[in-house]
Amino acid sequence: MINIRENRCDYCGVCVSVCPVDCIEVREYSIEIDHPVCIDCDLCVEICPIEVLETHAQE
Amino acid sequence: MLKNKYDVVVVGGGPAGSMAAWEVAKGGVSVCMLEKDRDIGYPVRCGEAVGESGLRQFVEIEDSWIAEKITSVKLVSPNLTSVDIDFAAETGYILNRRIFDYDLSRYAANAGAEVYTKAYVKNVLANNGQTNGVVLDYLGEEKQIQAKIVIGADGLTSRVGRWAGLKTLVRMKDMESAVQYSVSNVDIEPNKMIMYIGMNHAPGGYIWVFPKGKKFANIGIGISGKYSKHKSAQKYLDEFMDREYPDAAILTTMCGGVPCAKPMEKPVANGIMLVGDAAHQINPMTGGGIVAGMKGGWIAGQVAAEAIQNDDYSEKGLLEYPKRMRKDFGKNHERFYKIKESTEKLTNEELDSIAEKVLSIPHDKRTLTSVFKAAVFKKPTLIIDVLKVFAGV
Repeated sequence: MINIRENRCDYCGVCVSVCPVDCIEVREYSIEIDHPVCIDCDLCVEICPIEVLETHAQE
Repeated sequence: MLKNKYDVVVVGGGPAGSMAAWEVAKGGVSVCMLEKDRDIGYPVRCGEAVGESGLRQFVEIEDSWIAEKITSVKLVSPNLTSVDIDFAAETGYILNRRIFDYDLSRYAANAGAEVYTKAYVKNVLANNGQTNGVVLDYLGEEKQIQAKIVIGADGLTSRVGRWAGLKTLVRMKDMESAVQYSVSNVDIEPNKMIMYIGMNHAPGGYIWVFPKGKKFANIGIGISGKYSKHKSAQKYLDEFMDREYPDAAILTTMCGGVPCAKPMEKPVANGIMLVGDAAHQINPMTGGGIVAGMKGGWIAGQVAAEAIQNDDYSEKGLLEYPKRMRKDFGKNHERFYKIKESTEKLTNEELDSIAEKVLSIPHDKRTLTSVFKAAVFKKPTLIIDVLKVFAGV
């Protein structure tokens, strides 16, 4: 499960560009992950230049 | 007022989108350009460096666009050996993208293109494998627009291309993770850009210091997605700032990604064309995409206008666009990609030794050609690659 620390986000969309399943939507001032579609590959976590996204271990 | 039908819809209002809309409008074809944000040109996500001759191909350069004229480059190796090289013929600029982008959209509008902001495209419409419009949220309402051709100028996210079934995904190693500060209270030599290279500074990329007037600069970093897992681009940049510019005031922090990939093989399909970052029209060696994206928009716009006039918006017809791009750019993009790959393999020690060698040439003799001649004695293949990088700055 990917966690979004949205107050850090610049809405640049680099996470969208590397997502293999197109489950992230970034608009002018919003970011959303479609969790059921997400495959937890963590590429978005890796590419984010300012550490907005983080892997959240599931209980 | 936004209509429900145009011949061409351009998604995205950056330089590539504006050039495309402008050319389509000049061809006497109905076109609208949809920008998701409130403003054209803002927020800026760019180092803002551009070559004068590249820009002059398309437009007369306005003074208000220019924040700084660039006449030389300082390259700094991993052990901080720095080499100054004056540009022989080419002049560069650091732009005010906010003003520049805005003006390009005005040119498109003045030629007859309709421009709408706060227009977020959320899907494409298609019929029998032919893209024929877009779905968007505009001022709080969902709308559909029919179009014969959709031009995706939607930047690195390039979802328009993906929805239309084009292969837009970039491999992690070719995606640069980038962050930039616009800073004040820094002492920087005027008219000189600085680039820091090496694994310690920016693995698979570089740190740039681009002056923008007195005590003001864009300072940013791009690192390859291959290396961004364990340490973020911002961490590298913050270490650099602490070391080099501890007194800088950071006025803006902006992020982005730069697809430094091979050119997209097929940036078109039935009823759809991609331009700019969406089509990876970026020099993969420097990460510069303003001129390449403008060229993509310019050619795509012309081909789109012709396609409408000829009533053929099939993939086959639109393939004229990548064909003309190849004719214009030649093998440059492929060559730059190869150089990028080979220079990425240089170790810090190798980069330092090259810098030392280049330093032994007196500054006034240090044109790119003389540097090249001297350096070739040392490490032929390696030096050639690096000098090609220098030449592309």
